[in-house]
Order: sequence, then C-alpha cells, then structure tokens
Amino acid sequence: MRKSKKILALISAAAMTAGLMACGATSQETAQTGQTQEAADTQADAAQDVAAEDAAAEDTTAQEEASQDAGADLSGSISMAGSTSMEKLANAVAESFMAKYPGVTVTAEFTGSSAGIEAVTAGSVDIGNSSRALKEEEKAAGVVENVVAIDGIAVVVDPANTVKDLTKDQLIAIYTGETKNWSELGGEDAPIVVIGREAGSGTRGAFEELVGVEDACAYASELDSTGAVIAKVASTPGAIGYASLDAIDDTVTAVALEGVEPTVENIKAGSYFLSRPFVMATKGEISEQNETVQALFDYLASDEGKAVISGVGLITVD
Amino acid sequence: MNGQESFSIIGNRKQKSAVEKAAQGIFTLCAFIAILAVASITAYMIMNGTPALFKVGVKEILFGTLWKPTAAGPSFGILYVILTSIIGTTLAVILGVPIGLFTAIFLAETAPKRLAAVVKPAVELLAGIPSVIYGLLGIMVLNPIMYKLELAVFKNSETHQFTGGANLLSAVLVLAIMILPTVINISESALRSVPPQLKSASLALGASHIQTIFRVILPAAKSGIVTAIVLGVGRAIGEAMAITLVSGSSVNIPLPFNSVRFLTTAIVSEMGYAAGVHRQVLFTIGLVLFVFIMIINVTLNKILKKGDVEQ
Repeated sequence: MRKSKKILALISAAAMTAGLMACGATSQETAQTGQTQEAADTQADAAQDVAAEDAAAEDTTAQEEASQDAGADLSGSISMAGSTSMEKLANAVAESFMAKYPGVTVTAEFTGSSAGIEAVTAGSVDIGNSSRALKEEEKAAGVVENVVAIDGIAVVVDPANTVKDLTKDQLIAIYTGETKNWSELGGEDAPIVVIGREAGSGTRGAFEELVGVEDACAYASELDSTGAVIAKVASTPGAIGYASLDAIDDTVTAVALEGVEPTVENIKAGSYFLSRPFVMATKGEISEQNETVQALFDYLASDEGKAVISGVGLITVD
Repeated sequence: MNGQESFSIIGNRKQKSAVEKAAQGIFTLCAFIAILAVASITAYMIMNGTPALFKVGVKEILFGTLWKPTAAGPSFGILYVILTSIIGTTLAVILGVPIGLFTAIFLAETAPKRLAAVVKPAVELLAGIPSVIYGLLGIMVLNPIMYKLELAVFKNSETHQFTGGANLLSAVLVLAIMILPTVINISESALRSVPPQLKSASLALGASHIQTIFRVILPAAKSGIVTAIVLGVGRAIGEAMAITLVSGSSVNIPLPFNSVRFLTTAIVSEMGYAAGVHRQVLFTIGLVLFVFIMIINVTLNKILKKGDVEQ
C-alpha cells in the first residue's frame, strides 16, 4: 500500500513536468506561425490599398472581401497606457479594431498622460495616450506625437448650481483662490470647492496653460482620474472642476465660457477656447512600429476610424 | 512493517536523521530568505533615497513647505507631508487604541456569552475587509457628513478653503476604524492568556472586577497590548489606498479641516509618472517613511523591554 502511494506520487509529478514542457513547446510554435502570418498580411494589405484606390461601387465588394481576408490574418497585441480623458476613445477604438481584426488584442490602461508618456519612452507599452501636446524633453527622448483627435475641456459644476456662465477672468479668480463664494459670481451663498487633477495630468496641464493659471492654482482636492473629478463634482454642492468633454454625463452641468457652450460645433469653429489635442504617442515614427500598430493608425486615419472618433464626441483631424 | 501501519516518510533510523537534517536545512533557508528580504529592502531604500537629499539639499526637502515638483522651478518641500503623517497617525491611534482596548476587555472579561458570540465574529469580519472598501465607504458616507460639519464650523470664515469633506479628519476616522480589528484581536489574546490565578487572587483579596481588570490583568498583559499598539500604528502609518480617496491630496498644514497629503498618498499619487529628480524625491519620501517605522518599532520595543525588566 505505502509503496504504491509513493509510485503514484512519482508518476503524477513526472506527468505534470511533461505537461509543462509540452505547453512551452506549443507557445513557441504559435509565435512562429504568427510571424509567417504577418508576412502574408503585408501582401493582403497591399492588395487592399490597390482596391481602395479604385473607389468604384463594384470594387467595394472586392475591397470588403480583401479586408475581411486581411482581418482574419492580422494577429498580435497592442498595449496602450496613459490619459484617463482618452478612456472612452481608447475603449471604442479597441472594440471596433478588435471586431475588424479578430486576431488582434488591444489592451489599454488608464494611468494619466505623463505616466503614459513615461511608459512608451521606457518601451513597456506600444502606444502612450496623452491628452496634451508633448513637451520638448519628451520629444527629445524619441517619442513622436501623433494627434488623432481634438477634444474640449468642459468646466463642470454640480446640477443644483445656478451659475451657468463664466468668463475667463472669473475662472482665473476661482482657481487661484481669490473668489471663494458663489455669491460673488451671481449664485447662491455657498463656498466654492475647487477640484482639479494631479500634477501629471494632461487635462490639468492643458487647462492651466489655456486659462493662464500655471503653477498658481489652489486646489482643494487633486484627484487622479477624469471619472473621479466628475463623481466628486456631482456629489459635492458648490464644487467646480474640469474634465474632458466626451466624458461628461448628465450628473454634472457643463458651464458656458465667455457665453460659448462647450459643443463639438463650437470647438470646430474655434469659439470655445478650451480645446486640446488627443495624442497617441509612439517611440519612433509610425513607419518604424510593428505591423499591428501601423494597422491601428491606418484604421484611425480611415473613414471607419473617423466615424468611431466622432461617435464618442471628439473632433477628427484631417 | 505490516500493512496496518500508517504511511510515514520515516522508515528507519538512517532515514530519520536524514529527514531531521533536511528539515533543519529548510527552516534555516526560510529564515535566511526573511533576513535577505529585510536587508535588501533596507539597502535598496537607502541607495535610492539618498541621491535626492544630496541633489536638492536636506534642508530644502525635509524642512521646505512648498511641494511643486512639476513647476518650471520645482520645489520639493515635504515638511507638511511629514507633519500630516505624524499628526494623522497619532490622532488615529489616540482614537482607535482606547476603543480597541476597551472592546478587547469587553470580549475577554465582561461580555455576557450571547453578546460575545455576536461581537466576536463581527470583529473578525472587520479584520478581513480590504482597505479599499473603507476608502469607498469614506467617500460615500463620511465625506458628505464632514462637508456639512465643515459648512457649519466655517460659516463666516473669509480665508478657509472649503474641501467638500475630504480632509484630515475624514482620513483620521477611516484610519481609526481600520486599526480597530488588529488592536482588538491581539489585545484580546493577550488578556485571555493572563494566568487565571492572578485574577482569582485579586478577587479573593477583595478587589472589584473593574479594579482587577485595570490594576492586575492589564499590567500583566502589557507586552501583548504594546504589540497590538505597535501593529496598529504600523498599519495606520503605512495605509495608502483607503485614505487616498478621502484625504483630498493637496499639500497643506495638517489642520483638521484642511485637504492634506500623507507620506504614503504622496508616493502613490505621483509614482506613475514621476521622472528624474521628482522620482528620486519620491524615493526619499519612502526612506523617510521607512525611518519612521523603524523609530516607532525600536521605541515601542524599548518600552516593552523596560516593562519586562521592572517585573
């Protein structure tokens, strides 16, 4: 009885080790097939470009078939990290891109613009999302700024607030701490609770630069994501904060600035002055990236991609 | 060796000494791993925390009051942050330890059996709740209450910056509740392990139950209670996730209704994107935290040893 138990234990240990070694072999095989598939993709992509240039109704079917073939062949993974303002865009792009190319996995983390640029500079992700333009030092480190959309920053207050319009000077006075009560702005007698983002936030950088209060802001709370700012403003009477326009929902009210409502049309027309670029930064030019990342940027520049970008409430760039 | 003996890895005497030696070796290896971990963490913290002290200057970092790491001319003063951690932890301990201790006395000494059967599982459940849940509850329940209090207290103030309820007081309350389970569980074990002869002797000499508890049992359980306090303080000073949500995260003097930043939340909120000198200063903050914990441990252990020597 005892000997047979020992033998049973030894056999199961040997079986588990053999299983582990077999798993290792299988993953190596998958990597090799992936490489041969990518070579086939380049040919499929070239065929797709030729079909697109013809732009005739009969060719559309051929184009769809070619892209479906390319979609079935393209595989790999893309990792993104960065701005919390770009969460809606990143998720929408990931979803539609993965639907078009089932072999590709797109993952996105939301850690803040500066963290995203750090990550792409260090090479730990493929794309760094940033909701502000890149600084000189970041560009000098080899990171290329690819602007994929324009976004507006909305200034939000809680829904019970009666103030619906602010001028730039009033905004400066609120954020530097000079104006402390809503009654000074024509509202009720309630204190102003100034909410902002953490120091590395792209939204904060863009907001402070555009309004002109860099390094002079006195925040009551520095929260670390777009969602946190919206939630805090929605639940605190008398709060004011700023967040990306496409993330605003009906739990907060977006105020008009200088009489101009924060809408896509006004940003396009240039009358709403709080707008900033959404950047998908890469280490090196797009042409130096791998097949899957290039396919993503091609997709974003295509009509399908632009439809996705407009669909989340952003403005496309030409 | 007949078939009815139970299975054993020790078959005979030769195997026995081999097994003993192997076990000894494994235990020594595990202990060595523990020492290696502590030593390497200490070495890593010192190596990464000191460059910034030389680059920026000890006085500027430790005694400066302006924290603007991403400004054009950055300043890295963490004095307010250090004071916040010290004051916040002290207040949380002052609030949490007496409540925890009295609950432990209640559970060990004076509780009727049925009530104890309800309170004990509740305390154990409290110990198992992850810290983020405390933070969530703080945001949803504590912050609105704190905001109403703030509005009432500072009704006519001209200079106070209103924080919407996310301030030092909220963080202290959350920390106090978080250290309760640790303090209660360990204190209760310490109280239960006091020899019953001491209690019987005291009662026999005519002391009342309360006199016995405070004059005989508590001093006898002193080492266990001091351990509980040390662990509670360690948890309070090292907590980041729960208080990040309720403390406001601006760098201010640690007054009860100010939005404040602790040593831990300072590291957590900026480590993701810090670069260059900023990153090194964050490591210095970690080193300061490390030094504080060492000081607390050494001081409280000295108090412990002094108590033992007197006995």
